[in-house]
Amino acid sequence: MDKLKEFINGKSKKDKYKARNNLRHIFQSFWFLVTNSFFEGFKTGKIYSGELKQLCVPGMNCYSCPGAKGSCPIGALQAVIGSPNYKFSYYVVGFLFFVGALIGRGVCGYLCPFGLVQDLLHKIPFVKKIETFKWDKPLRKAKYLILLVFVILLPLFLVDIIGQGAPYFCKLICPVGMLEGGIPLVWMNTSMRGAVGFLYAWKGLILLLTILLSIIIYRPFCKYICPLGAIYSLFNSVSFFRYTLDHQKCIHCGRCKAVCEMQCDPVQNCNDLECIRCGKCKNACPVDAIACGVTNLDVSKETVKAKA
Amino acid sequence: MKQKILKSRLTSLVLLCIGIAMMYIGVHRGEALVVMNKAIRVCMECIGIG
Repeated sequence: MDKLKEFINGKSKKDKYKARNNLRHIFQSFWFLVTNSFFEGFKTGKIYSGELKQLCVPGMNCYSCPGAKGSCPIGALQAVIGSPNYKFSYYVVGFLFFVGALIGRGVCGYLCPFGLVQDLLHKIPFVKKIETFKWDKPLRKAKYLILLVFVILLPLFLVDIIGQGAPYFCKLICPVGMLEGGIPLVWMNTSMRGAVGFLYAWKGLILLLTILLSIIIYRPFCKYICPLGAIYSLFNSVSFFRYTLDHQKCIHCGRCKAVCEMQCDPVQNCNDLECIRCGKCKNACPVDAIACGVTNLDVSKETVKAKA
Repeated sequence: MKQKILKSRLTSLVLLCIGIAMMYIGVHRGEALVVMNKAIRVCMECIGIG
């Protein structure tokens, strides 16, 4: 039991930050394996076609990945609203409400396979890592525009003769499908290799750029592109599992802001739209002013002032 | 205190219930089958071929 506590909290208070972050990566890896547990697909070059595929997974995990056992919610959303019979998806939107109301962008921090890929890529040493730049904040809004245009409007209105809309986000932007599906499937199927063309090269370029940028910038796809993160971000301040800051305890040392790789300031708003609930701020706090969970209450600035 | 916690979590609970109700409606309308039909075949657009 003591060894387990030591594993979770580290040997000393200083180790806690690193130990907790490693624990998060272990959980991310475990979830990556759970959602991609059709190992046979990686041998045969075929994808899973069982009934579990009608269920969505919380994170970005392409259903054309040979190992995928569930469906990507963004792909599923485009499939339903692009279908001639349905122009709104109660099923996928309901799923996003359900997951968002439970943990908000905690999905990005713990349950997204592509988030794990970006986390690991950012660990690769580079001459100069970029934390923020001039257009950083305005560019964060791009993911909402991408959600509106490529995930909703284009599949809904740019349809073929039978009223079928294509999944434009998956087709033109998503590097996840390329990484998880495009590369392994084309590698293993000679017939697919013959069909490779401009689109494959375009998506390959986007993937390459995402990989290179992930080494320099922390999670560029999550910050600027991901429509799923854009949806979950709207639930951050109202989800069951969220952060709370005890202003009575807070000593304004600024450590939480300094360690946040999404450039949030937990003292200003500990449930910022950009917060992926990685817990780095919580673990870095020297006075344990930041808490997470379901039953915690905010001890707001107003409460502190009133008591004073 | 308990009342405060309940109030602060009411929005979350409402959203959660809306989500469950919408999923139920969606499954009832046959949307899950549309998702499955798309997901069990290789999505050519997703992998950069179609």
